[in-house]
Amino acid sequence: MSIEISQDVCIGCGQCAKSCPGTLIQLDDKGKACISRIERCWGCASCVKECPVQAIAMFLGEDMGGLGGKLTVGRENTLLHWIITKPDGDTQILTVDSRDPNKY
Amino acid sequence: MKLQIKALSTDFLIIGGGTAGCYAALTFAEVSGREVLIAEKANIKRSGCLAAGVNAINAYIVPGKTPKDYVDYARKDAEGIVRDDLLRTMAEGLNRTVAKLERLGLTILKDEQGQYVTRGSRNIKINGENIKPILAGAVADQPQITVLNRINVFEYIVKDGRIQGAYAIGVDEPVLYVISAKAILCATGGAAGLYKPNHPGFSRHKMWYPPFNTGAGYAMGIRAGAEMTTFEMRFIALRCKDTIAPTGTLAQGVGAKQINGLGEVYEQKYGITTSQRVHGTVMENLEGRGPCYLRTVGITKEQDEDLQKAYLNMAPSQTLKWLERGQTPRVQNVEIEGTEPYIVGGHTASGYWVDVNRETTIRGLFAAGDVAGGCPQKYVTGAFAEGEIAAKAAVRYMNDKTVMLNMSEAEEKKRWLEGFLDSSEVQHSTDELEETMQAVMDKDAGGIGSHYRFSEESLSIADDKIRKLERQSDFLFASGMQELVYILELRERLTLCRSVIAHLAARKETRWHSFAEHIDYQESSAEWELYVNSRLENGKLNMIFRPLVQEGEKYEH
Repeated sequence: MSIEISQDVCIGCGQCAKSCPGTLIQLDDKGKACISRIERCWGCASCVKECPVQAIAMFLGEDMGGLGGKLTVGRENTLLHWIITKPDGDTQILTVDSRDPNKY
Repeated sequence: MKLQIKALSTDFLIIGGGTAGCYAALTFAEVSGREVLIAEKANIKRSGCLAAGVNAINAYIVPGKTPKDYVDYARKDAEGIVRDDLLRTMAEGLNRTVAKLERLGLTILKDEQGQYVTRGSRNIKINGENIKPILAGAVADQPQITVLNRINVFEYIVKDGRIQGAYAIGVDEPVLYVISAKAILCATGGAAGLYKPNHPGFSRHKMWYPPFNTGAGYAMGIRAGAEMTTFEMRFIALRCKDTIAPTGTLAQGVGAKQINGLGEVYEQKYGITTSQRVHGTVMENLEGRGPCYLRTVGITKEQDEDLQKAYLNMAPSQTLKWLERGQTPRVQNVEIEGTEPYIVGGHTASGYWVDVNRETTIRGLFAAGDVAGGCPQKYVTGAFAEGEIAAKAAVRYMNDKTVMLNMSEAEEKKRWLEGFLDSSEVQHSTDELEETMQAVMDKDAGGIGSHYRFSEESLSIADDKIRKLERQSDFLFASGMQELVYILELRERLTLCRSVIAHLAARKETRWHSFAEHIDYQESSAEWELYVNSRLENGKLNMIFRPLVQEGEKYEH
């Protein structure tokens, strides 16, 4: 379980570092986010949701059956747009409104 | 590297700004004009068990039920080894905490009459993706509460049986904090990472419980000589294979049954308590009828889509797995497996031995949430309720208390920590010792690899090996503060492992399948209807056996 950070996209706002429950993310010398020990990531996706520019993607490690798909999140007020990029490059978006309770 | 000593002082120190800690801080600020300080290892915005969110409120007294019903349910699930007084006071507070969270902004599903919509007999439906930011936001709005993020508390300061304060180090800055406090609440959470996990390689931290909860609160209590209870009642979760995502949403939400590889429903065969569900899955696999699944094939398209969204709110890796494979639960049953064992007093009864005020056997030290023992099935709202009880009791306790700390002891502590930062003779890395510890616990103290089973002989071997690792952990090197935190965490886990092994050995029966599966004593026995407690005295862990607190009774220290 882990994340990858695109430093080209990162704007250095530091929201991810503030939201990591494992203190794994820092800003490096260039002021860009980086994760120090990716094998320590819990996969909670806090940083993925907090990133305002979708620079952080979550993926499943190969040892847990991951196929290379990625998950990013676009936030729009109370809406979370979960963007799933499948291994073949197709994308699918699931939108969840935080004002809508789960049905299950 | 040298550490700088910083002295801090507060009325009420809360160690850990998670579920119980944040709620306790809010309560304390409401009922007292005094100062409260939250010391948090990460950042309270998303730290602790609630980081990813929660799918439902699982501890709520629904219309037609009473707190006593909840107590009865928890007692039955734990085969009787619970504290009736603690469960009762917790259950009575559950609905109050939900009302407060709703006021703070939590979304809860309601029907046309404005009543909460229930899921099963103890649950209500919410959108819990943002429950922690909501809680952390309320803490930030309260001027009496100070939050120190990115500091790691590692030891209590106790004098004449009373709490005086605690030591902490910066996660980033080379600082040793000496914090004096009139009362302290331990709310550090439980312990993950004692046992070899489901995926020991790259995805080693993809686990049920936060891997950052290392048992610090338990270890500090053990070392300070607090009485601890029921560590032998480990918790093992039944989860979706690989992603270790929750299964309750499938079982309760769409009524999915547990089936084996032959398609047979097997849950009735073993029983439906948490430990029986895990045990049944282990047995079906051992007897060649695996793998096991939750039967979801045939659910409606709408249910399929709702499930994908529900998992995004608590375990997004599961939705990613379904969609990247193109195999959603409607077309493919969800394979399930047991996790490695955890020590977590929010689900089982492990933790500090407390009175109804949640005060430990160290005066002025309170415990709430996953570190507090005797009171299982807390879930989120039970942890809130305990935080509330402890905070109110702390206000009553701290009248006129004054604290003077001995700073020469702090100098000694500083030199000890600097030893790790300056170490030149290093034989092992922290990661190596952690991996060895997990392998020992897995093989000899009933992990996944030994089907959760252990014997007197294997526990004795485990104890020897853990003692050796403890000695080796005196000689580790930290290149910086974060690495120093990792060393302290490893040492916390080793301290806790010793206690877990001693408790597993002390209860000579099998009361809970898989949670404590003793192959030398495979049946449960009425003579073990008691609490197994322990206390470290002069370096020796002494076991204490106490009679059960019966219905309607109240235990006092």
